[in-house]
Amino acid sequence: MQERLKQKALELLENGTADRILGWKIGEFFYDLTPAVFKTRQEIQEEFVYSPFAGANLSKYLIAESRKGGKVAVFLKPCDSYSFTQLLKEHRIWRENVYVVGVQCGGMCDMEKLRAKGCEGVLSVGEDGENIVVETLYGTNVFPRAELLEDRCITCKSKKVVTFDELIGEQGTELESDRFSQVAQLEAMTSQERFAFWQKELSRCIRCNACRNVCPACSCEKCVFDNPGSGVRNKAAADSFEESLFHIIRAFHVTGRCTDCGECSRVCPQNIPLHLLNRKMIKDMNELYGTYQAGADPDTKPPLTDFTLDDEEPSIVHTRGGQ
Amino acid sequence: MSVNNEFQPTIVAFCCNWCSYAGADLSGTNRLQYPANVKIIRIPCSCRLNPMFILRAFQRGADGVILCGCHPGDCHYTTGNYYARRRMTLLFSMLDYLGIERDRTRVEWVSAAEGAKFAATMNDFAATIHKLGPNRRLEDLRCRKD
Amino acid sequence: MQRVGVFVCWCGSNIAATVDVEKVAEVLGQEPGVVFSTHYQYMCSQSGQELIQNAIREHSLTGVVVCSCSPRMHENTFRKTCEKAGLNPYMVEIANIREQCSWIHKNKEEATQKAVILGRAAIAKVHLNAPLTAGTSPVKKRALVIGGGIAGIQTALDIADAGFEVDIVEKEPTIGGKMTQIDKTFPTLDCAACILTPKMVDAAQNEKIKIYSYSEVQSVKGFVGNFRVTIKKKARYVDETKCTGCGLCTEKCPQKKVPNAFNLGLDQRRAIYIPFAQAVPKIATIDADYCTMLKTGKCGVCSKVCTAGAIDYKQTDRFIEEEYGAIVVATGFNPIKLDQYDEFAYSQSPDVVTSLEFERLMNAAGPTGGTLLRPSDGTHPKTIVFVQCVGSRCDDSKGKSYCSKICCMYTAKHAMLCREKYPDTDVYVFYIDVRTPGKNFDEFYRRAVEEYGVHYVKGMVGKVVPENGKLKVQASDLLGNRQLHIDADMVVLAAAIEPDKSARPLATMLTASMDTNDFFTEAHPKLRPVESPTAGIFLSGACQGPKDIPETVAQASAAAAKVIGLLAKDSLICNPCTAAPDELMCNGCSSCEKVCPYGAITYIDKEFRGPNRTTLVRRVAQVNPAVCQGCGACTVACPSGAMDLKGFSNKQIMAEVDAICR
Repeated sequence: MQERLKQKALELLENGTADRILGWKIGEFFYDLTPAVFKTRQEIQEEFVYSPFAGANLSKYLIAESRKGGKVAVFLKPCDSYSFTQLLKEHRIWRENVYVVGVQCGGMCDMEKLRAKGCEGVLSVGEDGENIVVETLYGTNVFPRAELLEDRCITCKSKKVVTFDELIGEQGTELESDRFSQVAQLEAMTSQERFAFWQKELSRCIRCNACRNVCPACSCEKCVFDNPGSGVRNKAAADSFEESLFHIIRAFHVTGRCTDCGECSRVCPQNIPLHLLNRKMIKDMNELYGTYQAGADPDTKPPLTDFTLDDEEPSIVHTRGGQ
Repeated sequence: MSVNNEFQPTIVAFCCNWCSYAGADLSGTNRLQYPANVKIIRIPCSCRLNPMFILRAFQRGADGVILCGCHPGDCHYTTGNYYARRRMTLLFSMLDYLGIERDRTRVEWVSAAEGAKFAATMNDFAATIHKLGPNRRLEDLRCRKD
Repeated sequence: MQRVGVFVCWCGSNIAATVDVEKVAEVLGQEPGVVFSTHYQYMCSQSGQELIQNAIREHSLTGVVVCSCSPRMHENTFRKTCEKAGLNPYMVEIANIREQCSWIHKNKEEATQKAVILGRAAIAKVHLNAPLTAGTSPVKKRALVIGGGIAGIQTALDIADAGFEVDIVEKEPTIGGKMTQIDKTFPTLDCAACILTPKMVDAAQNEKIKIYSYSEVQSVKGFVGNFRVTIKKKARYVDETKCTGCGLCTEKCPQKKVPNAFNLGLDQRRAIYIPFAQAVPKIATIDADYCTMLKTGKCGVCSKVCTAGAIDYKQTDRFIEEEYGAIVVATGFNPIKLDQYDEFAYSQSPDVVTSLEFERLMNAAGPTGGTLLRPSDGTHPKTIVFVQCVGSRCDDSKGKSYCSKICCMYTAKHAMLCREKYPDTDVYVFYIDVRTPGKNFDEFYRRAVEEYGVHYVKGMVGKVVPENGKLKVQASDLLGNRQLHIDADMVVLAAAIEPDKSARPLATMLTASMDTNDFFTEAHPKLRPVESPTAGIFLSGACQGPKDIPETVAQASAAAAKVIGLLAKDSLICNPCTAAPDELMCNGCSSCEKVCPYGAITYIDKEFRGPNRTTLVRRVAQVNPAVCQGCGACTVACPSGAMDLKGFSNKQIMAEVDAICR
């Protein structure tokens, strides 16, 4: 796969389709693939990487890249393409300056799971169909991909690349997944249990803003938390407003715009399952206002900017889930 | 603030200017009593209520927050309360999901003619909050180490 | 920091009896930024207002907090007071310590504490107030009247009389509306056509009035003073400029089997028709549903006989765009469909008719030439039963909960006319109540009973069964406490009236509110009865609620007066409490645009200065302050908080929250 992408990147650069390529390169560690813009043949040949750790969603970077003039080519996995389409819907990306290469994706891998397999001294990780091939100092290990998948990929919602100019691999379809099962479990708990769960999770937050910075929906020109006019700007730590309620406000702000790409949880250094907040909102909207998938198409009205005359009253909350 | 040592909740009521604020005025004109803990903030329409205002109130020590607006279909701005209804439904659901007591928040549609309903709603809400006791959870969600 | 003055009103004893006003003034005087604090018996009085004005001057106040009655009562008073003293009127905040404090609390200590907190919230808010200036928008001096019935005609005539241009859009081929179908009018019994048709002609001949007949409103954009309306002129397949209204085509058309809508289907007309002799404009119209030429391409008789060459089978719908400063809705009413009232055998027997059908049967220009004959066999009915409240004051889903208001009087009229023309008939009226409030109305009803011998029976008809050419009527007589069985020749049902079906989609276009019955809502049920809450939209006639002719005409003229008042202005002062985006923070995501009920938000691509002498083009929201009504829906939809509402800004509301919760 890496070679196909690399060849495509070179081809697009050389035939003038794009004057730069948005892809991934190795960051601090081999499993730490970071988004990068490649401008020359040499850069691509030396640094372009695509591996089962290319989880980073590149769509958000196009907000800035598409406005810089010239044309940028980008590789989008199915879930990235949802974010991309959502951003198009919000008029954030200048489509005419972007060439989208859709990439079919078999699911990304979780380094923790690889570690749990006892792999040490890893030199490189590659794909071989449904297997992951790990070269280590001590030899080659082959694992079924399914055993290493990130949690978010186990419950993948769709293999469909929503928007693309050309596609590498087969076009996929939307999948039936039980991605809401964890939310349902939480809902079934008592209020006290839920509170204990979230207090334990959220109290670990160090407000590093990684979730905000990676989130394609959190791409405001200026975040409310940085905006003195919003009345909630507050840089001080401890028990300030934004500290305690940051995640609630963030989840609400991305409601109807979050495509459930799962980047927030992936990047959280404290392993807070932030996606469970967003999924709760998605689940609620699906149940109360009809199924809605942000980024699935360019036209449908998001539930919060729409209504019907006989919507449920807010008191419906009393009749749902555990007490 | 407390007259004796009994728990005196702080309750913030956001009222839309056209229906519920007028309903509150009517309950005053008719001398219908409700607890002094209830303080009203006037907003032009229920759709002006940003979820941040509710969270801010809780964070600053409110024990209950209620939103009152025109009945669905009667919005002065035709559709404002329909948006408010969805927003509040989702916000309340999220607060519930986080383990915040469901009864701390409420939405009630009160028309300009429903002075009695306004007073009854506030009495009932104040009693509910009184029973719930002080708001700790939302305040502490992130900060308090047990 | 503002220099705030606090003014605590006693409102006589209304506030002072339960709130320690002196203490409130004292405590609030210590709030940050408060440089002056006092209390007075009646702040709204002349001397109270002078007290405020003097304080503004003496203490160079930049903000004023009045702790008094509801802002709904005196906010404007105090704004004007401050404006006269040189302070921006929007630098005033009211703490409602009467309706929301002194009047609802008995414990003085509690009430005083609450008054202090409410005062603090107002002070916190006023610190963040900014002077606001109301903008202006020009007024297009032309009015649109939607609906050409008596309401629309009267409104148009009055507006035109004042010298303004006015257009009438009527969906039927002629103006005149329901009144053209009516025979006589109560309580004077003068003929409807005799008083209506001169008005129709007046409207047609008035230079200021333009009539778009057989036309509908297609779309409405814009706002008060500046509406842009697209009018659809439906294809009538006759060139209006050429047709002379001679009517030859309507006699020669071979398609004779078209139910005559004007006579409610009681007789038939041709496929090309003029609804009635006095139609305005008197122009033929081809009914495309029945015209053989339009359906099969074979016929063309009308075209051959038309000496004016007015027939145009190729005509299509045309769209006209016009600008208006004001729009009057005069869409009127219709009787409800009676399909669901099987107990009255309406769909089973042609001799069971609605009151409007009865009007046509009594009308000299009607299908029977004014002789009352049974539709079934053309015989003269000897016993006639009138049933009141069919579908009115009804709790079930078939009918309407409201009183249709006009039925009592027109039924008395029908009964009276029957007895007068045909003294040999027995006339029964079954009623729940007889409601006759109106000038000379009760006298009229009593004449029907006392002079004309109409049998009024309190009670409802339970069933009507057609049998051997008769209609067996079973009814209860509540006062006589007995069951009645009447063999009637004719039964007349006073069907409830409902708003015209075109009203609902029109309301959506106009963003005008409606009640659950689809009647347009007035801005205030008592004090602003002819205006819609949506600025620039006015209500005339039965579209606002059931009305008889005198009431309709009164409301029509009242609506005209309001329109004239609006059109007389060269420009309008806008509400300054509007939404405004911070362009630097705007994402251009369109969330706000999607929730704006007024279409006040548009987007532009705007150039911004970037770092290093670069420029960036970004899509940003623009709010038209003349259109924005200040609801604030957009401010919450905005994910970045770029959109804020003047006068109710995020910061202001947060400050109030903080003051209350501290």
